[in-house]
Amino acid sequence: MIKPHGNTLINKELPKFEKERIKGEINEFEKIKVRPETLKVIKNISFGVFSPLGGFMNENDYHYVLDTMYLENNIAWPFPITLDVSEEEIKNIEVDQKIILTNSSATPIALMSVETIYDYDKKQFAEKTYGTLDQNHPGVNSVFNYKEKLLGGEIFLINEPKSTFPDIDLKPIETRVLFKEKGWDKVVAFQTRNPPHMGHEYVQKAGLTYVDGLFINPVIGKKKIGDFLDEVIINAYKVLIKEYYPKNRVVLSTFETEMRYAGPKEAIFHAIVRKNFGCDHIIIGRDHAGVGDFYGPYDAHKIFDNFPDLGIDPIKFRSFSRCSKCNSVVNDKICPHPPEMQNFFAGRKIREALQSGNSPDLEVMRPEVAKVILEYENPFVS
Amino acid sequence: MTEDEYKVKYTTVSIPKPLVIKIKERMKGTGFASVSSYVTYVLRQVLSSIEEEERSKQAFTKEEEEKVKQRLRDLGYID
Repeated sequence: MIKPHGNTLINKELPKFEKERIKGEINEFEKIKVRPETLKVIKNISFGVFSPLGGFMNENDYHYVLDTMYLENNIAWPFPITLDVSEEEIKNIEVDQKIILTNSSATPIALMSVETIYDYDKKQFAEKTYGTLDQNHPGVNSVFNYKEKLLGGEIFLINEPKSTFPDIDLKPIETRVLFKEKGWDKVVAFQTRNPPHMGHEYVQKAGLTYVDGLFINPVIGKKKIGDFLDEVIINAYKVLIKEYYPKNRVVLSTFETEMRYAGPKEAIFHAIVRKNFGCDHIIIGRDHAGVGDFYGPYDAHKIFDNFPDLGIDPIKFRSFSRCSKCNSVVNDKICPHPPEMQNFFAGRKIREALQSGNSPDLEVMRPEVAKVILEYENPFVS
Repeated sequence: MTEDEYKVKYTTVSIPKPLVIKIKERMKGTGFASVSSYVTYVLRQVLSSIEEEERSKQAFTKEEEEKVKQRLRDLGYID
């Protein structure tokens, strides 16, 4: 099985006795409340989803990553993973101090060893990460809403943040044991933030044909208005897998993180995360993790050429459609027929059908999947 | 070492003659005294690297693995 990114699967969960000791001394620590999306970052760092990261980026790595897409130790990493704080929150905090990060109800989540406290330029952060300063880009907008300082340093998990879907929330150590148990050596990952249509099913099964297993790994977390609700995505996949996939060849598990919509850079991030879960291939589609017209349709394909050392291979799919002459799902590499014979799996058209309470065309979406979505009065983030 | 002692400690492995010629070429200037000592060195290197690879694949203890398997069973991922 493929090694984790940086060769070591990070585990930052403290042993039970250490957790108890810290809880006993909890009043002695300065505390910072973090937002729900940051709790997901803490969890991901702690259980190795973000290996080799062991904490929030220090100033050197922050600049190194922004400038080169590599960590200071020469391991590829596409954008900063940071903890933003206000002046008020850190008025009693200094470098080398140990602090507690809590959730909104003040439950201690992690111990942080503060290594750097630094200023940063939001414009530089946004432009170098997203390639734009347009605040219509949701990622750029998030950066401009960050607090004024950044804290860097190692973290140690005290209490695991709650999962949104605990029955399908697997950690990298668990997926790695699971893949081994199933006898899978080669595993292809599928990143998604949508319920599956026939085009998705086609690329997943095409990818699966050449490896041992398929790891469907929907992103769960903050998304933009108009995206599908997490619950809708999960329930749609559950029914699709039950009805149309061989049970021993597919695993569904969530990846809790916010979507950044960083297009090509996020494709690299998605690949690294799936490598840590034990996948050696990842399907990269058209405009992967893009939003609006901020990125070219195949930018997320091209960027992999700059990272031959990534360790996980992209399976690049261009646009796919249902061809009336071929009478099957095709892509532009294998079908010679003109656009008027193609029924493209346009997300907008599928949404419009669902919004008006209708099942999309049978050639576009499995009826069982459409039924699950239509059971929701509003299946979209509003 | 007597001949009997040598037979207890060593055995003969057949290598294709063209390969031996290549090995002799490769050995030039290395300080190895014989093809046998060079081949022994190379095999040790290869085996050590395979063992290292296997060790790195087993990134967790048996106990951890059993705990993980129990959770996977509880969640219905494995029978």
